[in-house]
Amino acid sequence: MTIASLIDSPSELTEASGSKTAIVLMTRVRLARNVAGNPFPGWAKPAQREEILALCKEAVAATPAMKRSLSLSVDELTELEKQILVERHLISRELSGTKAGAGAVISKDQTVSVMINEEDHLRIQVLRSGFQLKKTWAVINELDSAIEDRLDYAYSATLGYLTACPTNLGTAMRASAMMHLPALVIASQMEKVVRAVNQLGMVVRGLFGEGSDASGSIFQISNQTTLGESEEEIIKRLGSVLSSIVEHELNARQKLLETETGKLQDKIGRAYGILQHGHLLSTTEAMNLLSLIRLGVDLGIFPDTHRCTIDRLFIEAQPGHLQHAQHGEFEPGQRDLLRATRLRAEFANFAKPNFTPRSDGPN
Amino acid sequence: MAHPLKCDLCTKPATVHLTQIVNNKVHKVDLCEECAQAKGVTDPSGFSLADLLLKASLNPEPVAAGVRCEQCGFTQADFKKHGRFGCPACYDTFGGVVTPMLDSMHKGTAHTGKVPQKALARKTLHDRLQRLEVDLAAAIKAERYEDAARTRDEINQVKHTFGQQPAR
Ligand SMILES: [Zn+2]
Ligand SMILES: [Zn+2]
Repeated sequence: MTIASLIDSPSELTEASGSKTAIVLMTRVRLARNVAGNPFPGWAKPAQREEILALCKEAVAATPAMKRSLSLSVDELTELEKQILVERHLISRELSGTKAGAGAVISKDQTVSVMINEEDHLRIQVLRSGFQLKKTWAVINELDSAIEDRLDYAYSATLGYLTACPTNLGTAMRASAMMHLPALVIASQMEKVVRAVNQLGMVVRGLFGEGSDASGSIFQISNQTTLGESEEEIIKRLGSVLSSIVEHELNARQKLLETETGKLQDKIGRAYGILQHGHLLSTTEAMNLLSLIRLGVDLGIFPDTHRCTIDRLFIEAQPGHLQHAQHGEFEPGQRDLLRATRLRAEFANFAKPNFTPRSDGPN
Repeated sequence: MAHPLKCDLCTKPATVHLTQIVNNKVHKVDLCEECAQAKGVTDPSGFSLADLLLKASLNPEPVAAGVRCEQCGFTQADFKKHGRFGCPACYDTFGGVVTPMLDSMHKGTAHTGKVPQKALARKTLHDRLQRLEVDLAAAIKAERYEDAARTRDEINQVKHTFGQQPAR
């Protein structure tokens, strides 16, 4: 398998969406692990990094989950390839910035990726579309045990898995969900939600922007602490926080529908118009417009089958993917032109909005 | 207007203000535009407030010089600079620095999650083998041949068990 074929393969994020992914687009669990008796990547000498890279690549690629996978070194990748992997959440920006002695093993279906020599020797990640915390934990737990068959992990009975940064000690697990919360944003309730979620020891960040005005109204919610609770307890607590956010979003949608129908329909209708006829679109504007169309799908204004088109465009409107599709590198101004052209083409055949209320009601 | 806040990481005026509550304690971090960028506050995959708190809280403390990790040569000054440790053994060397931080950073101070059973079993066997080899050498040196034979049998038994464990 090559990086080119990986990039051209469909990913879990864009292909598996349906009504089940209406609010929680994606679940992700990440584990940090280190090999006993070796310096952490940030402190290791170049030769030690290379040694660990080779050792970990081999151990990870030998697991059943990685039977069909691509092993790569960061220094073999072009800037554009790195950017595309970052936009797909397969590697971190930090890893893409390292030069020698860092790499990743990515499964063909792009649901599993293991970064090597990022902040820790191993950053194991599993993603699943929709709200699937328990399932995702089960998958990553099995993969982690399979890697442990082949590597001696740095571990202490009291501190748990030993990580380069003490903020990750213990389970060294970060579980998160990517949520689409347009109604909470429109109703200016996001700040309140962020504060409440923080009080429960969870973190909210905009996935494509920052704080409470994330572009595309997409947020990532994850656990803040890793020590003093088991993985199952963290997952359970995060799960109940996510469920309550879903409930708040649904309530906010209901309230908007009841009290501000005109405003809501106007926003969705205008988004549709701009996507069909605009000629210059920045990433942020495109994300915000797509988010409104996605809300329209959830509310039954557009057919349910169009949700996956939007999810694909969320990714394809990002600068790396856009340039890849155009086979070249472009200045941001040119990209805005290309992005609009691309979206006009996509929306030329998109269903017309149907604003008449349905008897069966939105989900 | 109140006097402008300074960035927690450098001394420029702070424009990004973050508040978070961890374990019922309110933490505030103020950053300048550049440090916010550099710390990935705008990068969703890289930002952790706990990380920033860690760095900010380390700055005013005096450096306890002299202590060095035997395994990797890391010093406390290095930790203050990087906010990351050098190797797993650093947690033993700098236990006194780590323990007080954990309380404000985490839900608890003791691990209650997954245990890498297989890796630990390998380590136990490995340690036992090493002890037995020492015993064997001592027995031979003291001409205690009966003890030596017994120890050798034991070693072979451990090695046999090892063989069934996936070796690294
Ligand atoms: Zn600063
Ligand atoms: Zn060390």
